[in-house]
Amino acid sequence: MIRSTHLPLLITLATFIVAYALCASAYPAMLSFRVVANLLTDNAFLGIAAVGMTFVILSGGIDLSIGSVIAFTGVFLAVILRDTSLHPLVAFALVLALTTGFGAAMGATIHYLEMPPFIVTLAGMFLARGAAYVLSTESVPITHEFYDMLQGLYWKIDGARFRLIGGLMVLTFLVGIITAHRTRFGQNVYALGGGEQAARLMGVPMASTTIGIYAVSGGLAGLSGIVFSLYTSAGYSLATVGVELDAIAAVVIGGTLLTGGYGFVAGTFFGILIMGLIQTYIVFDGTLSSWWTKIVIGGLLFAFILLQKGLTWAAEKRATRARQRTATGSAALS
Amino acid sequence: MTQPTVGPRPSVFKRIMPQLVILAVALALNVAVFPEFFHIDFRNGRLFGNLIDVLNRGAPVALLCIGMTLVIATKGIDLSVGAVMAIAGAVAAATVVDGHSWGTALLAALLAGGLCGLWNGFLVAVLRIQPIVATLVLMVAGRGIAQLVTEGKILTFDNAGLINLGAGTIAGVPTPILIWLALGALVTFGVRRTALGMLIEAIGINERSSRLAGINSRVLLVCVYLVSGLCAALAGVIVAADIKGADANNAGLWLELDAILAVVIGGNSLLGGRFSIVASLLGALIIQSINSVILLSGLPPEFNLVIKALLILGILVIQSPRIGNYIYMLRASGPQPQPDPLVRQRPEKEAAQ
Repeated sequence: MIRSTHLPLLITLATFIVAYALCASAYPAMLSFRVVANLLTDNAFLGIAAVGMTFVILSGGIDLSIGSVIAFTGVFLAVILRDTSLHPLVAFALVLALTTGFGAAMGATIHYLEMPPFIVTLAGMFLARGAAYVLSTESVPITHEFYDMLQGLYWKIDGARFRLIGGLMVLTFLVGIITAHRTRFGQNVYALGGGEQAARLMGVPMASTTIGIYAVSGGLAGLSGIVFSLYTSAGYSLATVGVELDAIAAVVIGGTLLTGGYGFVAGTFFGILIMGLIQTYIVFDGTLSSWWTKIVIGGLLFAFILLQKGLTWAAEKRATRARQRTATGSAALS
Repeated sequence: MTQPTVGPRPSVFKRIMPQLVILAVALALNVAVFPEFFHIDFRNGRLFGNLIDVLNRGAPVALLCIGMTLVIATKGIDLSVGAVMAIAGAVAAATVVDGHSWGTALLAALLAGGLCGLWNGFLVAVLRIQPIVATLVLMVAGRGIAQLVTEGKILTFDNAGLINLGAGTIAGVPTPILIWLALGALVTFGVRRTALGMLIEAIGINERSSRLAGINSRVLLVCVYLVSGLCAALAGVIVAADIKGADANNAGLWLELDAILAVVIGGNSLLGGRFSIVASLLGALIIQSINSVILLSGLPPEFNLVIKALLILGILVIQSPRIGNYIYMLRASGPQPQPDPLVRQRPEKEAAQ
């Protein structure tokens, strides 16, 4: 029998397969490796950021700052590579340390000042976007032979190019899956999302877990920013506005419960692919306008939220019925 | 705070004192960087001056924060107001472009905003989805819908009546100022002269117990989101009228955050409960004054966001429960507890009983 905890993940998977089948029946060319490769490349930065968001949402929080952090990372890298002679790898390490520290600081604020994550990360969003503006308001191109080398790396099958950044996304997802399900940190995240008080009583280290979650999210947003700068070869402070919403949407479509404690990192991967598929379909169609993407994603988001609600409701109903049964049973015994 | 008392509130003035002080500081900063700040001219039948500008430019956020205050008082949040603004602006523009009058356009925009509000209210009150998530749906899809209405372009119009709503004047005062003042007064009056305000606060403090006490929380919640949608629609029409066009991508972009910020600066707790619309409106003016300082001082506008972020953080730290407890403990364990406040409070309590 299928366990009910796997049901949202299975529904996401089924949605993806049905969506792909529909796309392929309309445009057989969509079955090619080339489309798959582009799906991975084009959604690489969103996917990496969504892994971080999955952890945050699993813990019952939310991180609205990632879009700004991605933009900040891009601008920071572009400005550093333009104005100094630092090697990009050093710059990468620097920016990752910076964004991880930024995330950790937000986590610390949330934990120690007992403030809602939503408002703290909102302030973080302003701060990171503002910092990007202060660095440069114009788009700064990145020209460095190391960047050209990284962008030139690909694995070719049938004329399809699986690029480095797509591989990096898949790798991030694998590490994320292992962390969520096979490490103590992952278990703590689930415990925290299941109920803060219960987690505290169970002895989950609240401070380090909360700070760790937001540090992971910040760090992955930084990595996503690096990938985005590789993807666009530029840093622009107005880029990636609203990516946090896309990431949240991908997590929800992936079957993770927004109240926390319930969901899979792998689901987010398929959430990303479904969103990418919608975009690809609209590109293939050619007559549909790009704003249909937003409407369809909004509709999907609504459908999955409704599904979550239905499942929670059914579970509660079952629990109530079970409780009533035991109550009447004990009453009959006495 | 003291127990919610029946009858007239202890002192509205005391409640909005911190906001008034912050606003005074912000205005003083304005004067410091630009001595002519308070100078107001009357030219071509219209008031001109920086102070008027602050009141005028602050109109969209002021309108949004009226609805947002009520929503936040019920422990909710409405993230969709920016997108609703875009939809309303697009609907109004499309209506006048089709050759209808500006009154019809305004009604159509309000209808669209009302529908959006009802949708949010339905999700929150009937389907019991948490407000951040419920309003996220419309925030994601809303701009797409707005672009559907404008067919992807910036829809321009030259209907004088509609433009008057955003750029015109009545008796020399820019219309947006009058609109937000009137709506603010209307809603404040509506919730404070009736029991509605208290019922809304009851939902925010504990929805379950409010329902047990006989409050129809479901209908009230839908109404609150409806009001927020209508406020957003009005703000959207004003913004569209101001630029004589509906821009589905940029109208109201990030204004939901400004509106939430205004409510927070207004001293309203994000955890619901007691609220003050007047304080939120002062919060909106504070934000606009700070924008004005940054503009007038010649600081690059890039710093705008950083300063806003630091401001929000500062206020949040002051408001956070942990710091509040700490201050409370510090006061309680102080060598000499001040007797004055107790003495002053007692007659009030007795009077209330």
